[in-house]
Amino acid sequence: MRRLSAFNVVSLTFGFAFLYIPMLILVVYSFNASRLVTVWGGFSTRWYGELVRNEAFLEAAWVTLKVGLISSTIATVLGTMAAIAMVRGGRFMGRTLFSGMIYAPLVMPEVITGLSLLLLFISIGLERGVMTIVLAHATFSMCYVSVVVSSRLASFDVSLEEAARDLGCTGWDAFRSVTLPIIAPAVVSGWLLAFTLSLDDLVIASFTAGPAATTLPIRIFSSVRLGVSPEINALSTIIIALVATGVIAASLTTKRAILRRQAEERAAA
Amino acid sequence: MSHTEVFAPWDDPEATPLISCQDVTKRYGEFTAIERLTLDIFPREFFALLGPSGCGKTTLMRMLGGFEDVSGGRITIDGQDMAGIPPNKRAVNMMFQSYALFPHLTVWDNLAFGLKRSDMAKDQIGDRVEAMLKLVQLQKFAKRKPHQLSGGQKQRVALARALAKGPKLLLLDEPLGALDKKLRQQTQFELMDIQEKTGTTFVIVTHDQEEAMTVASRIAVMDEGRIVQVDTPGRIYEAPNSVYVADFIGDVNVIRGRVSALNGESAELNWGEGKRPIRATAGAGAVHDASGAFVIRPEKVTIATEEPTDRHNRVKGVVEDIAYLGNLSTFHVRLESGDLISAQLANSRRFANRGITWEDPVWLSWSDTAGLVLGD
Repeated sequence: MRRLSAFNVVSLTFGFAFLYIPMLILVVYSFNASRLVTVWGGFSTRWYGELVRNEAFLEAAWVTLKVGLISSTIATVLGTMAAIAMVRGGRFMGRTLFSGMIYAPLVMPEVITGLSLLLLFISIGLERGVMTIVLAHATFSMCYVSVVVSSRLASFDVSLEEAARDLGCTGWDAFRSVTLPIIAPAVVSGWLLAFTLSLDDLVIASFTAGPAATTLPIRIFSSVRLGVSPEINALSTIIIALVATGVIAASLTTKRAILRRQAEERAAA
Repeated sequence: MSHTEVFAPWDDPEATPLISCQDVTKRYGEFTAIERLTLDIFPREFFALLGPSGCGKTTLMRMLGGFEDVSGGRITIDGQDMAGIPPNKRAVNMMFQSYALFPHLTVWDNLAFGLKRSDMAKDQIGDRVEAMLKLVQLQKFAKRKPHQLSGGQKQRVALARALAKGPKLLLLDEPLGALDKKLRQQTQFELMDIQEKTGTTFVIVTHDQEEAMTVASRIAVMDEGRIVQVDTPGRIYEAPNSVYVADFIGDVNVIRGRVSALNGESAELNWGEGKRPIRATAGAGAVHDASGAFVIRPEKVTIATEEPTDRHNRVKGVVEDIAYLGNLSTFHVRLESGDLISAQLANSRRFANRGITWEDPVWLSWSDTAGLVLGD
């Protein structure tokens, strides 16, 4: 192991401090017994209990989860189809326009996306609720899925699909039994990305949500405007714990898979 | 057909070809990849399509496999017109250059992939897969994934997978291109062995002329979308029908001139004022008093320090370069006319001292039938 220089130690310390001290403070204060957020009143798990009994938060969390699952699934299907058309379709009329339009939402300000969707829903008379948020999220996260999947498809050896057809597959069978399993990791990352974006989204959701459905980010944002409550700290701590567990589990699994593969390749050589 | 008889269905007017291409043309927009190509390939043949990259050999193979449409003409396989028939409906399988093994499936499942999609009964699939594994000697590797195999093993899995469905025709696209030289030579013999055992017709695409010569019963030499010559390896090498073929297969010396005499089997080429005309066998396209080319293989040229007066064809020159290859030595000799001729000698004795070195004046000679006079 190389020793770190003094400069590296200092920059690492500051970097990590910037990133994690705010979160640390949040976590610590979630165990505060006092109602006042900035005054330490001793250790307590009281706010976690309050949170569990808070119907509004639980309802919002459930809506967020539902929206995330449905919209990311729709986005994955549509995004994968778009990626296939772009990478495999060859040259067709309006290809450039089509590809530009797929990627436009990546750079479009969210406010504009949200506003335009709101206008659309109003003009076709669609009542705002879970359904409209799902549609909105699927629309903007589809392009992210498409980007992830098309980069995988671009490096995909087309002769694999030809081999499948050569061995008796129809076009669809070849896609289902060869292409899809091989690009599956990209499709799954696309889904996860879409899901994360959906959980995270405040701007577009606040345009497209109605009184009937509120997502967690909207609920948190509106309650913070009335002053930060310790309950929010508790909720945030739970979210941080969930995300951290997920990230650590994912990186451990990946690392183990890489190590196993390397060992197998060594054995084969 | 008895065993003593030579396998040569192409010489038998009664034989029916397995594959028949008639005036096959393939165009990509303005570009013509294959132009009015006519070719018959017979059952049990090991047929090689040989040519430089871009000559259309891969396009022709992909048309046989059903991956490209024919722009003009007709391809029939076993008497059936192949127009509009997709790859999955053809009794043709292909071994891809990249092997195209399914990375998410084990060797066993790769081999069973095609069988599961055929009308073979479920309980017979296992036996067939085992038989194929045995054929390519990979029984121990059935449970492995493709990335756990070496290059040679992958190649054998790809071959077994393509043969599993018992196709009438197997297409091999540069099947040995990814292997190193030693393994490639060994695998060439395995391929021939397997072809003989299974009795399948093989069509191989390659740019490696040694490979084509080794494995094939007949070779089609292609250039710019056309077939230049179709013949057995021996005839392609010894009786090329053009300077292009002679030059593409093996090493050759070419001397250009005018055909000064042509009587039956023999011809003479006038290659310069005051030089004794070269006497050789008359080849394709040689026309009296037209321009011609004399071609001779380096191993048919003899090198000597004394003038070989018993031979008609003899020329004087100076040794410019000697290439020692171990088994052979090649002498590059500059003639007084300026032509550079190579002569090749087998090193049948260790450290043979021929007494010939750089800058030595030497005599080159060859028999009256060693070379060919071709149209040019």
